[in-house]
Amino acid sequence: MIPKSFEYFEPKTLSEVVGFLKKHKENAKVLAGGHSLIPMMKLRLAAPQYIINLEPLRKSLSYIKVGGKSIRIGALVRHAEIEHSQILKRELPILPAAAEWIGDMQVRNMGTIGGSVAHSDPASDWPVVMLSLNAVFTLYSGKKRKVPASKFFIGPFTTAIKPYEVLTEIEIPRLPKRHGWSWKKFERKAGDFATVNVATLILPKDGHIGSASIAVGSVHYRPYRVTEGERLLKGAKPDLELVERVAESAASMAEPTSDLRGSAEYKRHVTKVFVKRSLIEAIERANLNLR
Amino acid sequence: MARRKSVRKTKAGSNALNEIPITVRVNGVEYKNTVQPRLLLIHYLRDVLGLTGSHIGCDTSNCGACTVLMKDVWGGEWRAVKSCTFYAFQANGKEILTIEGLARDGELHPLQKAFWEHHGLQCGYCTPGMIMAALGLLLMNPNPTVEEIRKGISGNLCRCTGYINIIKAIDAAAKEMSAKGVKV
Ligand SMILES: Cc1cc2nc3c(=O)[nH]c(=O)nc-3n(C[C@H](O)[C@H](O)[C@H](O)COP(=O)(O)OP(=O)(O)OC[C@H]3O[C@@H](n4cnc5c(N)ncnc54)[C@H](O)[C@@H]3O)c2cc1C
Ligand code: FES
Ligand code: FES
Repeated sequence: MIPKSFEYFEPKTLSEVVGFLKKHKENAKVLAGGHSLIPMMKLRLAAPQYIINLEPLRKSLSYIKVGGKSIRIGALVRHAEIEHSQILKRELPILPAAAEWIGDMQVRNMGTIGGSVAHSDPASDWPVVMLSLNAVFTLYSGKKRKVPASKFFIGPFTTAIKPYEVLTEIEIPRLPKRHGWSWKKFERKAGDFATVNVATLILPKDGHIGSASIAVGSVHYRPYRVTEGERLLKGAKPDLELVERVAESAASMAEPTSDLRGSAEYKRHVTKVFVKRSLIEAIERANLNLR
Repeated sequence: MARRKSVRKTKAGSNALNEIPITVRVNGVEYKNTVQPRLLLIHYLRDVLGLTGSHIGCDTSNCGACTVLMKDVWGGEWRAVKSCTFYAFQANGKEILTIEGLARDGELHPLQKAFWEHHGLQCGYCTPGMIMAALGLLLMNPNPTVEEIRKGISGNLCRCTGYINIIKAIDAAAKEMSAKGVKV
């Protein structure tokens, strides 16, 4: 399959990217790892007139920095760099754990975290993880603007990024060393997009759950936080009955569509099952007793 | 495929290009070409350079038959990438290794030998991509467990062998490569 002809722009600076985008708006698309955009162009689901190659900006937009109150990740960091990052394995193990199950090795060698959240496929993995972590996205258009994950993911393939903006950085608030976490991705076959994916974080406090964050993806038009469940967990001594209630609340929020990966009813069921498993794993990793 | 040397700027006068000059090193040989923006790397390798060892299977990023190794993707090492999901211009200034570049002085690479010895191929269509993916895996993880091998080649499909002999071959090659200190 051959993409429709397009013209090529190679920027030297971020300002050149923004200048070009401002001039050509929706007709121009930036290319990061290309692992969503190129397949779409080959299928002619996308046919931009101009492609702006971000690769020349790799040096300035590819970093993982841990310091102060946050972890900052450049938009061009590849999935595999997160998967193999020793510092992230210690600091925020949910990130390498999630990266490990994106597509396959070759996909992870090319795809970028920035491209993934910008593309915002409702069945993709990073948006769910970012929502659970309260990540903040830096968008550049000559000046910087910061958008929290709760306002960033608007709908399928739709984010807060304006056509003339470039996502440059993802900032994630640091968590205390002793936090519980879990990443559960249920896939129909190896390397597939998720049927359902769940990110859970638990901050323990004196043998209780201090606070909890649960994000669910792939079973809704965008990833969502299990707000009611999180409220139930706050301050609780966890037991299986509570876990069950939280999982039910998560499943009741889902509005899945029936497709190759299963019927809506089936997907609501696996949502409950995987939220339950995720919550139990995170509680155990937080060293809390589950009664 | 445009082979003209001149680089035309587009009418829009926006500094965008219709044709892109690229320099690529493939299997140690430097090539300079002018390519259309939409030319895919797999077509560049097969149709422009005549290196038909890398195959096109699915053409949709799923089967891995088009896998090649590339330097300077991340972390400095060789990395396995799917050349059907890659524009030729993205390879500009980079080094590529394809199946044709593996044998040295008429001697097969340990992975090639192991695929032969362990019957890791039948029709052979998936083999070049499978071997390049396996090499990409072994460069990241020289002593993988069987489970890690299975996961490492999950982006490569084989419709003939049932994978068991492929996994045996990669396992054997990994051991030989570590023992002999073979890198690429
Ligand atoms: C076989 C296969 C399996 C996959 N499996 C999974 C999976 O299991 N889970 C999963 O989550 N994903 C999966 N993916 C998608 C993969 O993770 C992509 O890499 C990712 O979605 C897009 O990142 P990219 O860097 O390749 O972006 P590109 O394809 O280059 O770009 C995607 C879109 O984002 C825009 N964009 C990119 N970067 C920026 C930026 N910095 N600022 C503004 N806009 C930007 C582009 O203009 C484009 O519209 C899979 C892909 C393939 C081919
Ligand atoms: S041809 Fe199948 S992945 Fe490239
Ligand atoms: S040997 Fe025939 S597809 Fe693998």
